[in-house]
Amino acid sequence: METYTAMRAFADSWGLLYMVLIFLGICVFAFRPGSKKIYDEQARIPLNEETLNND
Amino acid sequence: MDPISTIAAAAAALLAIILALYSSAQAHDTVFAVHMMIFAIAGGLTLFYLVRNCSFKKAKADGPQMYDDSIVRYGVIATLFWGIIGFAVGVLIASQLAFPALNFDLPWTNFGRLRPLHTSAVIFAFGGNALIATSFYVVQRTCRTPLAFGGLAWFVFWGYQLFIVLAATGYVLGSTQAKEYAEPEWHVDLWLTVVWVAYLIVFFFTLLRRKEPHIYVANWFYLAFIVTVAMLHVVNGLAVPVSFFSSHSYAAFSGVQSALVQWWYGHNAVGFFLTAGFLGMMYYFVPKQANRPVYSYRLSIIHFWAVIFLYIWAGPHHLHYTALPDWAQTLGMVFSIMLWMPSWGGMINGLMTLSGAWDKLRTDPILRMMVASIAFYGMATFEGPLMSIKAVNSLSHYTDWTIGHVHSGALGWNALVSFGALYFLVPKLWGRKELYSLRLVNWHFWTAMMGIVIYASSMWVSGIMQGLMWREYNNEGFLVYSFAETVVRMHPFYVIRALGGLMFLIGGVIMVYNVWRTIRGEAKVDQPVSQVITVGA
Repeated sequence: METYTAMRAFADSWGLLYMVLIFLGICVFAFRPGSKKIYDEQARIPLNEETLNND
Repeated sequence: MDPISTIAAAAAALLAIILALYSSAQAHDTVFAVHMMIFAIAGGLTLFYLVRNCSFKKAKADGPQMYDDSIVRYGVIATLFWGIIGFAVGVLIASQLAFPALNFDLPWTNFGRLRPLHTSAVIFAFGGNALIATSFYVVQRTCRTPLAFGGLAWFVFWGYQLFIVLAATGYVLGSTQAKEYAEPEWHVDLWLTVVWVAYLIVFFFTLLRRKEPHIYVANWFYLAFIVTVAMLHVVNGLAVPVSFFSSHSYAAFSGVQSALVQWWYGHNAVGFFLTAGFLGMMYYFVPKQANRPVYSYRLSIIHFWAVIFLYIWAGPHHLHYTALPDWAQTLGMVFSIMLWMPSWGGMINGLMTLSGAWDKLRTDPILRMMVASIAFYGMATFEGPLMSIKAVNSLSHYTDWTIGHVHSGALGWNALVSFGALYFLVPKLWGRKELYSLRLVNWHFWTAMMGIVIYASSMWVSGIMQGLMWREYNNEGFLVYSFAETVVRMHPFYVIRALGGLMFLIGGVIMVYNVWRTIRGEAKVDQPVSQVITVGA
């Protein structure tokens, strides 16, 4: 098979599946149990700053 | 700086001056000679600064640790400076389209040369400086550490200004590699690559030295912006110069490959420069100004990864009905439509940050500016996928509708969120209690808002009219209108558009005045904005 055709076939089959699975994995990870408390704390980072001496 | 790095920097500057002067003397064309002279002058100024500030006294050890805010102050001023120039050139070229006499029959003031001057000035000079300044501010605050390599950060700032000057002078003198939003020639591209890698190093090592265990999401967006722009710029800029002393080059790709690489670059400049970077701004400054954490941190993570995974594939929608293979066009369209979801997720996340504090919109014009920018982000990211659909694109492409769409995104989203961030930053950076006048912020908001609405709606009308006139056939199958007839019909809308742009420029001038008075430490005794509305009056 020609290189172009081979790469294209790979991109829209296994390549696509690989990307989709990684993305879904990230989504599942973001919703893992107990994550809400961690995220709520992390969301406050900009509001808890100013610990260096000049602020 | 310590003596060793000062001497190293001075030696590098001296070497650069010698090389630049030699190249200028050997140059094959005027543009290259001028650019090498500019390089030499920049090198001379660097050398002068280094010698003047050279100190061999031992640096004070263990002083109080400070944020590097000086560079952010410079960035704020550079943003406003280039912003006003970019908006003014925009008003000029809009007027040129309505009144061609304003081209003045000179090569340097021709629309074709001033148009890239406008686009680069607003995107890269205004937007780029806003992004560099705010990213340096945000990464220090959210990592609770000063910038890594402070000297290199200054190189990034001044090196970027040099890039802007080189690009701008090149355009006016007629130098271009004819790639939209990537017009500068190879030697300017190489300089930007050096500056950008330095930017990545400063940002990345600041993240590494953080005292906060978690990297706040705004920094993810900024980092994605820096890394992706580096990749896009290098690949799209691949070219072989005619000679090392010539400003001309030939692109590495040709034909449809070149077109695809260009729009892979072009659309991701929108996706990662104008979207990811400014989302970094949104995720920091909106929570700060509203004094509330972002609505859902979990959603911000999904927003980030969805934007990253989808945006990179959307570029082919710029090449509908061209020689690009059909499957690639469809792929670009499908990914553009899918982008609607994360974009609106992000918009909802930004807007809902105000949930329970909506009353602040009435009293805080800065917050109002930020919220309006998020609303425009939502509108532009709805319109974009719509226009990427092939059937719609067959009407909208090559017409003013595209110009209107770009401006509702650029003026409504990018500029307004930058203005909001700058209004937030100025009193903090210069140690003032508050801005000189909140009422002037209000004036800025409404002038800019009216300008954007007038601009976008006139371009909708003129663009759709133009598209419909181009495709109008009569019974015998002939085209009904000649091109010149469409131009005549568009004249009134061009005048209206120029007025919209002028209003936006006036808003910018109001901002400069307000910021200038704030920096001088003046405070105006204003009636609070909320008390202006008197019930039953």
